[in-house]
Amino acid sequence: MSTVNAAINNSTPPASFARGYSYRLCWLLIALATFYLSSNAKAIAKSLDMRWLVKYPSAWKLPIKDHISAFMQWLVEVAHFGFFSFTDLTRGISWLIEQPYNLALSLFSTGLLSGVGSDAIQLLPPLSWIAVVLAVIALGHYAKDWWLAALCGSAFVYLAVFGQWNSAMVTLASIAIAVPMGVALGLLLGIAIFRHAWVDRVMSPVLDLMQTIPVFAYLVPILFMFGFGPVSALIATIIYAMPPMVRMTALALRGVNDEVRDLGVMVGCTDRQLLWRVLIPVARPGLMVGVNQVIMLSLNMVIIASMIGAGGLGYDVLTSLRKLDIGGGIEAGIAIVVLAVALDRLSQAIVDRQGSERRSSAITVDQHFLRRYPRLVMVLVVAVLLSLLGVVSPFFQAYPESAQITTGQFWQDKVSFININYFDDLEVFKDAVLIWFLLPIKRFLLGIPWPWGLVLITLIAAHFGGWRLAFLTFLLSGFIVVNGLWLKAMTTVYLCGASVIIASLIGIPLGIWAALNKTAGRIIGVFIDTLQTLPSFVYLIPVVMLFRVGDFTAMIAVVLYALAPAVRYAAHGIRSIDPQLIEAGTVSGCTPRQLLTRIRLPLAYPEILMGINQTIMLALSMLVITALVGTRDLGQEVYIALTKADVGRGIVAGLSVAFIAIIADRIIVAGARRARQRYAPSTLNQ
Amino acid sequence: MSDAKLACRDVWKLYGPSAKQLLERNPEPDLADVLEAGLVPAVRAANLQVHSGEIFVIMGLSGSGKSTLVRCMSRLIEPTQGELIFEGQDLLGASKAQMIDIRRHKMGMVFQHFALLPHLSVLENVAFPLDIQGQNKQQREARAREIIELVGLAGREDYLPHELSGGQQQRVGIARSLAVEPEIWFLDEPFSALDPLIRREMQDEFLRLQAKLKKSIVFITHDFDEAIRLADRIAIMKEGAIVQIASPEELVLNPATDYVAEFTRYVPRDKVISVGSIMQANGSAQYGADSGASVSVRSMDKIADISATVFDAEHPLNVVDDNGVKVGSIDRAAIVDFLVSSSRHQQ
Repeated sequence: MSTVNAAINNSTPPASFARGYSYRLCWLLIALATFYLSSNAKAIAKSLDMRWLVKYPSAWKLPIKDHISAFMQWLVEVAHFGFFSFTDLTRGISWLIEQPYNLALSLFSTGLLSGVGSDAIQLLPPLSWIAVVLAVIALGHYAKDWWLAALCGSAFVYLAVFGQWNSAMVTLASIAIAVPMGVALGLLLGIAIFRHAWVDRVMSPVLDLMQTIPVFAYLVPILFMFGFGPVSALIATIIYAMPPMVRMTALALRGVNDEVRDLGVMVGCTDRQLLWRVLIPVARPGLMVGVNQVIMLSLNMVIIASMIGAGGLGYDVLTSLRKLDIGGGIEAGIAIVVLAVALDRLSQAIVDRQGSERRSSAITVDQHFLRRYPRLVMVLVVAVLLSLLGVVSPFFQAYPESAQITTGQFWQDKVSFININYFDDLEVFKDAVLIWFLLPIKRFLLGIPWPWGLVLITLIAAHFGGWRLAFLTFLLSGFIVVNGLWLKAMTTVYLCGASVIIASLIGIPLGIWAALNKTAGRIIGVFIDTLQTLPSFVYLIPVVMLFRVGDFTAMIAVVLYALAPAVRYAAHGIRSIDPQLIEAGTVSGCTPRQLLTRIRLPLAYPEILMGINQTIMLALSMLVITALVGTRDLGQEVYIALTKADVGRGIVAGLSVAFIAIIADRIIVAGARRARQRYAPSTLNQ
Repeated sequence: MSDAKLACRDVWKLYGPSAKQLLERNPEPDLADVLEAGLVPAVRAANLQVHSGEIFVIMGLSGSGKSTLVRCMSRLIEPTQGELIFEGQDLLGASKAQMIDIRRHKMGMVFQHFALLPHLSVLENVAFPLDIQGQNKQQREARAREIIELVGLAGREDYLPHELSGGQQQRVGIARSLAVEPEIWFLDEPFSALDPLIRREMQDEFLRLQAKLKKSIVFITHDFDEAIRLADRIAIMKEGAIVQIASPEELVLNPATDYVAEFTRYVPRDKVISVGSIMQANGSAQYGADSGASVSVRSMDKIADISATVFDAEHPLNVVDDNGVKVGSIDRAAIVDFLVSSSRHQQ
């Protein structure tokens, strides 16, 4: 309440009016100074003979990355915990993950092997493709209805017919291991956060960092510790996919009604019973949302993980991209999308199923196993039967190669066709955007001398969030400066900023439209859902095909990837405005346009800001991936570190990206809070 | 009193830092002292006794501390200070394991929003406390079916909570709390979330159950009419303190403060006050000894129930006590006086 009062007092005339006026004048002067410095920095530096103003001298760099590299070296070669060395520990972890992974892999792809490499003899064949398709259909029917069963079934048949089966099964095997492990670890950590305040205090900044630090950055240390191979890929996938599960677990457990918890205590639950018999079952719908997130993020990692040794579809996409084999890349990319859509719909349906589970009349416990699990029994019987048949006829074992269709050539031709016929139009469009939009932003941002940049960002933080935030911002951006990454960081800021501007210009109006018009809302909803299902990497493929490498290509991919939250939050902000306020506006004689500009937009402003915040986060994570298409920002720095296995360089650059994300996040959240206080003080009381 | 099932002695619950220190410094702070110390007073110096087999209602408006008090009584909330005596045992001294044991076997609680476990069927919900105790499936389900039958939900054992109406859901909540045959039965605004018609039906159902089971009950409500209808005794709470503890009739006849009087003002007095309070007692009889009437009324009858009988009679009627011994008499004039004064009272 006190903050509300403060906000109200703030807006009382006349003293603060005068202050607000001089405040605004002050900011205007700062902006002008920035423009002036940005365009004339070089000349000034020259005339003053202070080159360090525009280029941070390498003699001033702190050797942070060398220390990190040295530490990693020490960890791997020397570190010892009494009975076992650090390397023993990592080997132990590897072994633990390898066992289930090998099992899954032999089940889906290789069959049970005896022996190693080319001497291996297949003892048992892998699951027949027909059995897998049937299992998926059964799962779809169990989760929802025949429609979903048909969707999932045809997705998997597609994989077989279009020759992606083997790769897809390798990918599926790694998903089948990464997801349960990520879910289990996330659940345990979430429970620890829920139970112990100190774990919460420790974990919440760690989680922030895990979600903002680009994946590539921790690929390097993982590579260093676990070597190149599927295990490293699995570990990276689990680390990447786990944070939302941790958060959802803590959130869902906290969200359990107090009365339900009281009930648990009153019937005499021990702590353990309270958790596993009351809280977790009641929180299950929330937990399942987390599981869905883990699945989607694991799929998102498929291509990136193939950089450190995962096989499967991701590997196919990556090699095609490197060879510029357009057709092959699109084929494998589509296969990932198909897999992602099938798994997403399936897991969503299982989430929704919770409520309507177990019709009252249906199952009593005493019924026969076969009647309780008809689908499971059927699938098991069919799988065994097909394996036996597979010995007789290979058709039952694997989809015949002769009947496979390849679309690689088709896509290749399509892209060539577009490039031949529309090359000039595409080029003109690209150049126009570059010259009139991207380059001016780039020139402006890169022109700002770093000392002024440091002061400016600190002042902005102080304006929105007070001196504590200003201090944090100064430290984080100072870290970037002392590592000599200022210019690369500004390139990242420029690419991210340009993409976010475009994504907001497209996304916010779409969101508003979706909120105001039901039909539009439904269509846009489907569109956005699909966009979010696609693994980030997939966006790169068509864009690279059409625009080749460069900043423009990167921007298009980032915009596509980061569009969704701008739309979602704007729509949500507009939808959640109290209808009475709209009625009040209508009664006061507002035109629809006035309703929008005077009531809806100001009230939805905080939500829209949060949407932009999320857009920035996604844009930053995508930017790192676009390093593959030749941007020269921090992402590139991380990527180079990865290819050179330079741990210190990778971590420092990765942290720099994370710090940019954290600064942007904190400033925008503070700004949104201010806006909320101004427009809707009542929401603060909750 | 010897038959007290559960007694609270000087129970305090203050929220805020250094709540304990304040009570150590000043064992009996008044409301101003507490607020001045920056603490939130939830329960202040609560003293009460719940007798075996009685319905003890705690009535207060929202924020008066009644929910906190009942949670202190079951140690869902740890009181800042005070003593809780349950069946002669010091409840606050009980260890964690002892508390689990007491809750498993001797306490039952019904919640305002039912607190049913959404993933369990009606049968499993009711059997849940027994499951937690570790009873085997056959035994606990047999007991659960028995209780489900008792609360009138037979045939719905396999329904999930969300398939039931609010009233039915609360029947499940009641059945679940009774499954362990509790010694003390807490009901925290059990009917507040229900529609008025259903609420009345559930109150009747509750009285029927209690007539059969004779539990010691702590019943929380913010509805004074509900309190009057159900209670053997009522404690009225305001700002964390108990203002008055009395039977409904005493409350109406002798409200301790204006605050209590304000509640009792619109109570239909003829349904609360009994014949004994307005009859002509023996000895001061105006109408002579035995009027010879064959009809008599009992002194504990509520006036509303007998006013028609009195009006229909030619003569004043005899008033007898529970044993049939004449203790006084009542006539039309007394009834009229009462009704007139009641209607004045409510203006």
